[in-house]
Amino acid sequence: MSEHVVTPKVYVTIFLSLMVLTILTVVVANFDWGRLNIVIALGIAIIKASLVVLFFMHVRWSSTLTKVFVVAGLFWLVIMVSLTLADYLTRPSWSPTLPGPQ
Amino acid sequence: MEQQKEAGSLGMWTFLITEIMFFGGMFLAYILYRGKYGNDFAIASSHLNWKLGGVNTIVLIVSSLTMAMAVYFSQKGNKKMLLTFLALTMMFGATFLVVKAFEYREKIITHHVPLRDFWKWQEANGEPLPGDSGHVQMFYWLYFAMTGVHALHMVVGLGIMAVIFWMAMRNRFTPEYHSPVEISGLYWHFVDIVWIFLFPLLYLLGAHLTH
Repeated sequence: MSEHVVTPKVYVTIFLSLMVLTILTVVVANFDWGRLNIVIALGIAIIKASLVVLFFMHVRWSSTLTKVFVVAGLFWLVIMVSLTLADYLTRPSWSPTLPGPQ
Repeated sequence: MEQQKEAGSLGMWTFLITEIMFFGGMFLAYILYRGKYGNDFAIASSHLNWKLGGVNTIVLIVSSLTMAMAVYFSQKGNKKMLLTFLALTMMFGATFLVVKAFEYREKIITHHVPLRDFWKWQEANGEPLPGDSGHVQMFYWLYFAMTGVHALHMVVGLGIMAVIFWMAMRNRFTPEYHSPVEISGLYWHFVDIVWIFLFPLLYLLGAHLTH
């Protein structure tokens, strides 16, 4: 078997990192960072999700084909979000700060 | 054998990609309305109990660790430890759902459910509805839709784990063949990841307003 066996030590290390990041996200959320709130919250969540995907879900040791599947899934998600935002954020009715049609 | 294992794993990943798009749609709705009604969303969020949400986050991360350990012991062919860690995973999953049920109960009692006596908010909470009622209700629509669908995934996950536990008891897994454990693990970790995003976006959004 060419299967990669991840040791419990790695799992526990990742687990502890996830715990630290959870505490961090709670601590920073108790302060108001203005527009950066969402950036910080999503940033920490993305790091946590990446740790789970790479180590708990073994993607780090998976075949290239599996990695392509994962990246493709995220790529389509990015397309969905970015194109929708490109529409809404440029509508004067949705973003009142934009200059309306003359 | 190796190819079969790969095919099974890719099948689960394909399913998880459809799940990404499914949850992604709701996250997109959240992003749009948060962008438009940011202040009202923060006020609405401050009515959620972030401590309970935090406890549930830790419970789910622990359950992901026990799931990963279950996969490890299935690779090693250690049946006793595999069963132990599958049982622990199910126990933490059930704990999550119990905490969630208490949260829902509290929100129903204090009239936070959209369309269901939402106008009685003031009576129940002793203060006028903060922010714009429609915007606050929009937050709670998203809250119940997203956490509700997530909880449903947890229930399905518990069902899957029960089947895996049963299969393990009947000696269906060996160090050579344990794909079902691994593939179910992928699903379990995915549900954990969804919560990793739900927790800061729903619970912590208004945490700075509570003191």
